[in-house]
Amino acid sequence: MDIMAGLAHGFSVALMPGNLLWCFVGCFLGTVIGILPGLGPAATIAMLLPMTYSMSPTSGIIMLTGIYYGAKYGGSTTSILLNMPGESSSVVTCIDGYQMARKGRAGAALGIAAIASFIAGSFGIVALSVMAPMISDFALSFSSPEYFALMALGLALVVLLAGDSLVKGLIALLIGLWLTSIGTDLFTSQSRFTFGQASLLSGLDFMVVAIGVFAITEVLSSISEKEETQLLPVPKGLRNLLPSWEELKACRFAFANGSIVGFIIGVLPGAGASIASFISYGIERAFSRHPEKFGTGIPEGVAAPEGANNADTGGALIPLLTLGIPGGGTTAILLSALVLWGVKPGPLMMTESPDIFWGLVASLYIGNVMLLILNLPMVPLFAQILRIPVFVLHPLIFGVSVIGAYSVAGRVFDIILLAGFGALGFAMSRLKFPVAPLVLGFVLGDAMERALRQSLMMSQGDLSILTSRPISAVMLAAAVAVLFLPLLPHFRRLKAAAG
Amino acid sequence: MQKNMLQDGDVIAGALTAALGAYITVTASRWDVMGPEGPGPGFFPMGYGLALIVLSLILVFQRFSAAQSKVDEKPFDWAGFGRAAGAWVAFTASAGLMPLLGFYISFALLTLFLGLFIFGKPLKTAVITGVASALGFFVIFNLALDVSLPVGLLGF
Repeated sequence: MDIMAGLAHGFSVALMPGNLLWCFVGCFLGTVIGILPGLGPAATIAMLLPMTYSMSPTSGIIMLTGIYYGAKYGGSTTSILLNMPGESSSVVTCIDGYQMARKGRAGAALGIAAIASFIAGSFGIVALSVMAPMISDFALSFSSPEYFALMALGLALVVLLAGDSLVKGLIALLIGLWLTSIGTDLFTSQSRFTFGQASLLSGLDFMVVAIGVFAITEVLSSISEKEETQLLPVPKGLRNLLPSWEELKACRFAFANGSIVGFIIGVLPGAGASIASFISYGIERAFSRHPEKFGTGIPEGVAAPEGANNADTGGALIPLLTLGIPGGGTTAILLSALVLWGVKPGPLMMTESPDIFWGLVASLYIGNVMLLILNLPMVPLFAQILRIPVFVLHPLIFGVSVIGAYSVAGRVFDIILLAGFGALGFAMSRLKFPVAPLVLGFVLGDAMERALRQSLMMSQGDLSILTSRPISAVMLAAAVAVLFLPLLPHFRRLKAAAG
Repeated sequence: MQKNMLQDGDVIAGALTAALGAYITVTASRWDVMGPEGPGPGFFPMGYGLALIVLSLILVFQRFSAAQSKVDEKPFDWAGFGRAAGAWVAFTASAGLMPLLGFYISFALLTLFLGLFIFGKPLKTAVITGVASALGFFVIFNLALDVSLPVGLLGF
């Protein structure tokens, strides 16, 4: 199936009334949770995933992905009106967005954020549609050693980019690998790390881990911070939300910059929308004719980061759908959702599950239009969500988390585990350990161990199989280089001290 | 100075993860690491267990060497930590109570506790929030979606 035929098939799936409805629900929920500070798309998708078991996989993935990219639209509203990012990827938008709002240009800032998100988001989806089939074709030649090397490279990038400390990132990753080992061995049925508990023989459920380290941790962190904020007035009426022609003209380079940078960064595992928006803002400022005005409330300072964090979505879906390798926490949950529904993301997904693959891609085009419509005229309405008091909101998140964890297997034991993972995630955030490597280690651990053991079975225990095949050798060399890159300055300092 | 370092988060985390690494390595060494058919169940855990020990020691070493050159510590926010710890204890206790009281009563009690003690709301507000939230969950998840939730001795 070529790209145009695939897209035509995808639109025929995505435009079915049921799928359109779930796409809208996902976009709507995404916008709402994007606006709410302290509740991210990863936590929301993890909490809602057990409730999608009864849906068709196509409708389910359309809705969950809608939450993922919808949250990126919604996050800017909180940044602009409250100077507090609704999403981590909207941090940069606070800089100029809030200043525009203080100058009475909140409407224009919100409008520019929505338009930039739409333009860059659409660019990301077009690039996804074009590039995904090419990458899938290339990945068809992969065997166990290549998959192991690919996962090692992906995890190395996640560790490198997920936090300030490489060592802490690696430790988090190894804890994730350990957690996924708990249960029964894939090849020999040997029980591992079960502490004699029969409940642990089937392993830890990903949903329990994900809801714990995302949702429960986010609530606990929010309770510990207790920030007081003041909401700026929201302009009413579509006319007050539209930027002027001059403002749009000033943003034309920012739209292109955000689109390209966001997409490229999105493809890289571990980088994510936050880094994309920072880089895009930096480029915009570096090439601006008036860099001194950045930070004082100029439209380009909103358009570039908002564009980048939305173009990132299309990029992030490429490794997920074509290689089965998620690049971050939220895409890891989407991967586990697909696996739960019996769909195997990877190079064969396009041919084995065309409804899901192309239906999802087409739904991204539709969802992007829905979000533009939702986010322009309805921003004043959405902003009212920010008035929900935390003493109501936080217990509700606890309640939905409990339901999400309990729905997995109907065991109170999972709720106790949920509390344990909430404590682990909170401790990690206080000690500045990144959570994303833990989650990715947990998601990829089984597949990585399987690929490594299969490779070594193929070679009768000879590890050189990983380095004697060109593709896996290149990827493993890249993974090692990625991990040693941050050590270069240390070596230079030691050399200088010795010299 | 030495006592402060021993109370440092990175040092404590490093010690705990090193202990975890040692546990993983020792446990994995009891299983087949490499057999005639290839790697056994102990192969992969043995590798990441050893790596965990090494990295934990590096973390502790880094902290000690950084402490000699700079001190950039912000005071620990014990009040914030106490609020989060209180909320976590209440959450865990409510999970433990679910087999006895069921989801709805446990959740109402959790909401009441959080409103009253963590967010400092008046008793009346906390009670209304607790009851209304539990009722809302009952309507959405029990009546509308028919989702099964932990049932207590009272039958709901």
